[in-house]
Amino acid sequence: MVTTDPTESVPDLGAVRNSMRTIKDTTGYRVFRYVNTAFLLLICVITLYPFVNLVAKAFSSEGYIAAGEVNLFPRGFNTTTFSAVMSDDMFWLNYRNTVVYTVVATLIAMALTTTFAYALSKKDLKGRSVFVGITVFTMFFSGGLIPNYLLISSLGMKNSIWAIVIPNAISVFNLLIMKSFFENFPAELEEAAAIDGLSTYGVFGRIVLPLSKAVLATMVLFYAVSFWNSWFQAFLYMDRSELYPVTMYLRNLLAAATSVEDMGSDSVQIASNVQAVTMVLTVLPIVCFYPFIQRFFVSGVMLGSVKG
Amino acid sequence: MSTEGTLTEANSSGLDTIAPPIKTRRGRSRHSRTTWREALKKDWRLYTFLALPVLFLAIFRYVPMAGNIIAFRRFQPGGSLFGEYWVGFYYFEQFWNDPTFWRVFTNTLILGALSLVVVFPLPIILALLLNEVRTRTFKRAVQTITYLPHFMSIVIVAGIVLQLTSLDGTINQIISAVGGEPVSFMQDPSWFRTIYVSSEVWQTVGWGTILYLAALTTIDDQLYEAARIDGANRWQQTWHITLPGIRPTMIVLLILNIGSFLAVGFEKILLLYNPLLYPTADVISTYLFRVGINSGSYSYSTAIGLFEAIIGLTLVMSANAISRRVVGSSLW
Repeated sequence: MVTTDPTESVPDLGAVRNSMRTIKDTTGYRVFRYVNTAFLLLICVITLYPFVNLVAKAFSSEGYIAAGEVNLFPRGFNTTTFSAVMSDDMFWLNYRNTVVYTVVATLIAMALTTTFAYALSKKDLKGRSVFVGITVFTMFFSGGLIPNYLLISSLGMKNSIWAIVIPNAISVFNLLIMKSFFENFPAELEEAAAIDGLSTYGVFGRIVLPLSKAVLATMVLFYAVSFWNSWFQAFLYMDRSELYPVTMYLRNLLAAATSVEDMGSDSVQIASNVQAVTMVLTVLPIVCFYPFIQRFFVSGVMLGSVKG
Repeated sequence: MSTEGTLTEANSSGLDTIAPPIKTRRGRSRHSRTTWREALKKDWRLYTFLALPVLFLAIFRYVPMAGNIIAFRRFQPGGSLFGEYWVGFYYFEQFWNDPTFWRVFTNTLILGALSLVVVFPLPIILALLLNEVRTRTFKRAVQTITYLPHFMSIVIVAGIVLQLTSLDGTINQIISAVGGEPVSFMQDPSWFRTIYVSSEVWQTVGWGTILYLAALTTIDDQLYEAARIDGANRWQQTWHITLPGIRPTMIVLLILNIGSFLAVGFEKILLLYNPLLYPTADVISTYLFRVGINSGSYSYSTAIGLFEAIIGLTLVMSANAISRRVVGSSLW
């Protein structure tokens, strides 16, 4: 009964703490705060600069890029490269592939991860610790590149969407986050639903999932971003460019540019402009959604850190 | 308001004190008594949930793990996934006597150590600095901006690095502006380590602060008040309260980092390097990629991969054991 009211004490405490600090701030600490603010601003500038530079290059003409005169603002503003890249059918085909791969892979991953995490969250389930054990072990020891490659090849999954969407369907990290979430799910709700005649499937589908929307959204985003960004699976398992995701389109541009640079030709600069445009177009969806999805990511990581 | 708060508080705490013993008793008795037959009969629907994921793990995680056996066996393309006949440690001896292997091994150690030493402490420092910020909006803005690179595809990061380091890129613009000679960074092996580590810092440090910031919020304010009353200055408070407060987080992350020590950014290096940079940029994983996938020496590169994986496993287990013994906290 001695507990204080949380709703009142939290903001007050912060104010009290701040005022105490302000009173006791030494000159040295005040100097530190100015330096700190300046330093953090500098870090923001360093973080953002490459993106600004990229956009500037995307809208600049090749001559200015070649002369090394483009940094913060476009020089010789034009959008011809944009129209050129955007009229490339292969670019759009690869972009469409990225969307398809991301959607299918995320759906598969969510189906497997959610059901697995739910079953593993049931502490009474016989054999549970064994299943958790064999799952977590894959985090620390795995088959390695070649055995995986040989497996996918021998399953005949090369040059098909399955090589991209199946092999990474369960991320153990995401699984553990979901498991700890389900472990904290109020058991009374599930018991009540079971008494009302729902089977395990019904409890899961009608009670647990609808009440877990926040964590499901976080997981969807975790998976979607990682599939959207992935390129290596496609690099490894796909030989035909019409199957590539857009990251592979970009990768091939970069690779072409570096090999040209090796030979010392000056067509690099043209590639530099095209590269910048392709990168801007690839990054665009993520940067647009980023401000809205960022907090889901943060809460997801927090959720995982509560119980590792 | 306040009575409501106290009531629910009292209620929940009351429930808590009653509930646990029941739970544990029930859990224990069920554990010791149920047979597999009963468990399957009662929970078969839950086991159906397990079926597909476990099948997935078996095929896509444990079959490749068993596939490592071809490191000890002759492998025929088109033949069995697990090789044709035993050759013992033939492939291990082969890479042991391969000078290229030792070059990439050294490169991996150097890059791994550099990343660990440079990249690991920076998020801690950044989190401590962010913790001193009092303007909430400014803090949020800094966080939002510094998290951004984490969401970029590795291909984009590589593209950005190539753009910045190219002859007409920003870094050379700065060098020219202060009167230096432009450097062709991507053709000079001596620069690769700096470039790699810097790009890691750019991409990972902001996001790396999240767990530390979370840990910082759990430190009890009363500790700081007590320290202030005892006359501790800001620096002493940081050293004696804040840092010990986030120590468990530091240790967990350090163990995880040590475990992935040898798995230095394989994809990033694959995207960034070219033959001119091999003397410093070529690492175990890129070497085994070229030898295995490009040249088709499957057994040979599997032997290298297995060697790397075992070192990784050993590292993470010893880091865990050491931290359990010395600091008292560990991953498992």
